[in-house]
Amino acid sequence: MMETAIIIQEHHFRRIKTVLERLCVECAARVVFLVDRDGQPIAFHGEVGNIDTTSFASLAAGNVAATNSMAKLIGEDGFPSVVHEGERESIFISVIGRSLLVVVFDERSTVGLVKLRSKKASHEISAILDEVGRDSLAMKSSEKMFFEDITDDDIESLFR
Amino acid sequence: MTFINYASREINCKIVYYGPGLCGKTTNLQYIYDSTAPQAKGKLISLATETDRTLFFDFMPLELGTVRGFKTRFHLYTVPGQVYYDASRKLILKGVDGVVFVADSQEERMDANLESLANLEENLESQGYNLKDLPYVLQLNKRDLPNIIPSQELTSELQRKGEPVYEAVAASGSGVFDTLKAVAKQVLTELRKS
Repeated sequence: MMETAIIIQEHHFRRIKTVLERLCVECAARVVFLVDRDGQPIAFHGEVGNIDTTSFASLAAGNVAATNSMAKLIGEDGFPSVVHEGERESIFISVIGRSLLVVVFDERSTVGLVKLRSKKASHEISAILDEVGRDSLAMKSSEKMFFEDITDDDIESLFR
Repeated sequence: MTFINYASREINCKIVYYGPGLCGKTTNLQYIYDSTAPQAKGKLISLATETDRTLFFDFMPLELGTVRGFKTRFHLYTVPGQVYYDASRKLILKGVDGVVFVADSQEERMDANLESLANLEENLESQGYNLKDLPYVLQLNKRDLPNIIPSQELTSELQRKGEPVYEAVAASGSGVFDTLKAVAKQVLTELRKS
């Protein structure tokens, strides 16, 4: 059975972006990402530079999936957050339900500050994502779901 | 799980290439990567051992084009084939929208194919999926080798639900895009139905 697709609407996206934007400033981060646990990038804010955001999202999800499985092997339910500290750049990942909040920061910030600010942002993002989940279900049952109008020709045209 | 973003007008789907060790899953991805225009693809990420065996997964995003104004992006993953990487395989199946089973056509790999297929069904179930309900394609790879089992025989052993079956030689690209196209079509058709 296929799971219900997650549908991010523009108003959800704008609100998520606002939270990420504020978090990025508050914890003096280089860039902040919101990523689905299956590896799909949702939104980001900050200096992306030449970071390949799609690959980054997929690897962040793989990383959290692996560390959570390790947690289970040692009798933990999971690790709510993961930190990787580098010489110049560091990464802090916190799990918010089905999503991951990923903060990339350098010497302008500290793990403590990032953790503290991420916690508050997590609550806000969690509320928005709950709404996304409810709206996705509602949209699925709505007759206006545009995917129903996709024709065989539309699909075929992708492969010509 | 399909991810639809109305703000960026994107549909993101996840396709996983499954199969026994050394059957050619990474080779499929590598061929797709090498033959796709730069603007349609991201990086090919390969988490592999020093001897080029996939350790965790290979990943590449591929943009196929737009449907009704939405960019369709397929995230292609492979799993590590070796038996002892089962924990990693389970993780990669999370959120899957479609599966390609890459079978190794060589006689001596038949048992490995059967074992891997049973492992796929089991791991899908542990993630709450049923192979019968998922977009699914069977690829018979390495058709250029001398010691291969006839296609009909392989198909009767490995086909699970009347899924499309493609012969392939992933190293030279034969059958690679037919396989991808078949699974991608099923995923998009499923999206319309759901």
